[in-house]
Amino acid sequence: MVTTTETLTARKSAWRRALRSAWGRPWGRYALRYAVLVVAAAVVVLPIYMTVVNSLLRKESIIAYPPELFPFDPQWGNFRRALDEVPLARYMLNSLIMSGLIVIGQLLTSALAAYAFAFLRFPGRTFLFLLFLSTLMVPWEVAIIPNFQTIQRLGWLDSYQALTIPFLASAFGTFLLRQHFLTIPRELRDAAAIDGYGHGRFLLFVVLPLSRPVLASLAVFSFLLAWNQYLWPLLVTNEDNMRTVQIGLAALRGREIDSFNVVMAGTLIAAMPMLAMLVLFQGQLVRGLTAGAVKR
Amino acid sequence: MAVTTTEPLPVLPLAGLAARGLAQLKRLAFALIFLSPSIILFGVFIFYPLVKSVYLGFYETDPLGNQGDFVALDQYRTVLTSEDFRHALWITVLFTLYTVPPGIVLGLGLAMLANQKLPGISIFRTAFSSTVATSVAVASMMWLTLLNPSVGLINYFLQEADLPRIDWLNDPDWALLAVSLTTIWLNLGLATIVFLAGLQSIPERLYESARIDGAGRWATFLHVTLPMLSPTLLFVTVVGTILAFESFGQIHILTRGGPLDATTVIVYSIWQEAFQRFDYGVAAVQAVGLFILVLGLTGLQIRFLERRVFYQ
Repeated sequence: MVTTTETLTARKSAWRRALRSAWGRPWGRYALRYAVLVVAAAVVVLPIYMTVVNSLLRKESIIAYPPELFPFDPQWGNFRRALDEVPLARYMLNSLIMSGLIVIGQLLTSALAAYAFAFLRFPGRTFLFLLFLSTLMVPWEVAIIPNFQTIQRLGWLDSYQALTIPFLASAFGTFLLRQHFLTIPRELRDAAAIDGYGHGRFLLFVVLPLSRPVLASLAVFSFLLAWNQYLWPLLVTNEDNMRTVQIGLAALRGREIDSFNVVMAGTLIAAMPMLAMLVLFQGQLVRGLTAGAVKR
Repeated sequence: MAVTTTEPLPVLPLAGLAARGLAQLKRLAFALIFLSPSIILFGVFIFYPLVKSVYLGFYETDPLGNQGDFVALDQYRTVLTSEDFRHALWITVLFTLYTVPPGIVLGLGLAMLANQKLPGISIFRTAFSSTVATSVAVASMMWLTLLNPSVGLINYFLQEADLPRIDWLNDPDWALLAVSLTTIWLNLGLATIVFLAGLQSIPERLYESARIDGAGRWATFLHVTLPMLSPTLLFVTVVGTILAFESFGQIHILTRGGPLDATTVIVYSIWQEAFQRFDYGVAAVQAVGLFILVLGLTGLQIRFLERRVFYQ
């Protein structure tokens, strides 16, 4: 079909006229803004939507042309098959244990270190603080060979130690908590000291309760990073019962190479905890992610 | 990064030991109780491996994967100037250019859309930031389906638009672009969240003054939004570049570095040398090269872009 230039130009100016007149009216302005938002959201969410659709299609429908864009006959059995084909539930559990331990560890080590940097006076404080910050400049990939050798020598391959211990300290977490601890009035420390609180009790019963929002941000943020890890779990786990869900997905794909629907069902299962977290803890997540980005 | 301290501090540990030495030492020892968990972990898993990587680069690796002869800087010279490393570096640079600038433009665009004051806007905010919830593996699996040459949605759109179908992941001319597309989408949520926070920190009165001065939309964007957003832009550029240089998962899942090494970025090359060919020496040299590159690039970006950054 050939469209002449004239009809194209005519069509374009008709569009432009319609848009301009809509923009001139209050309801039109709203409608246009929402239209742009809906289109943008549809494009961004399309890969996730198609995953949902594909995970519910029959095997024959997935290779249909044109592609089916809505699962009129949802096949919930695909999810069962994804869970049966590989130990997906076990992979999820491993990821959960790994991420949970990393979050707890990072909260503990970061809170302790941040307390020292914010409330204690000692020689070498600036030097040590810069030393902490300098770890942010080392890409993990640079350290990966010696770290793999260390884990191997310790006999920790295929263990939770291998998955978690290298990540139990966080310079970012220390920095984030220190910035918040510095906003806690020093008078509180003096008052607590008069009441006979040592540093340990002051940290535990005054500083930490006052820092709940920051701790939550850090927890959500480090959970996200831990859950999404790929290269390190790929290296240090081989056994099926130690694999994390990210690596397990690749295994499912290898097993189900010709059934995209089952692979997509597995992918959706793997994505579910994070999507739930985004909806439930959006505020904390946003605060954690933006902590370093926006000044103050 | 601004580090604020309340009082001048002695720079070197153990300085001024003579007079109040003992009291100072006690303070340090007490602080170390709080600091030692982190210090030990950083020592074992960051500082020691960094030094060890440099050291491994001085030794060749024998065919069995054991440490071989000491060759001083020879291995650094041969590996860093080799065709393979230059190719991996070139692919990494291309990948960074394909992913970082488009990611910034799209992320800023979405953030500006999401920054409108409209009923129900929070639904769109969640939608725009949703990709932050997809891990690299999940995103790669999703795009693996979308990019499928025969049943994927992308080729369906191409065909409907009368464009030729593309064998995205098996065509050396398109594979890097396909991986980049996946990566842009994967990082879009993060960029949007960060830009949105930046936009929301701009005081409303600045927009009001601009309006009173008769500034149009474009002038307001250029003279109010962009300067006020410059710290965020610097952050997204620096972090985006670092993320691009460290990318691995999407390449491992989508293309395995192929076809014909068209997507072999530096980290993928390190992984291949170390854990497929068991040549730790060569891999260590590449890792040290990556470290210097990332450090240098971050330094350059901060130096040259920071001048244009407008701090409130």
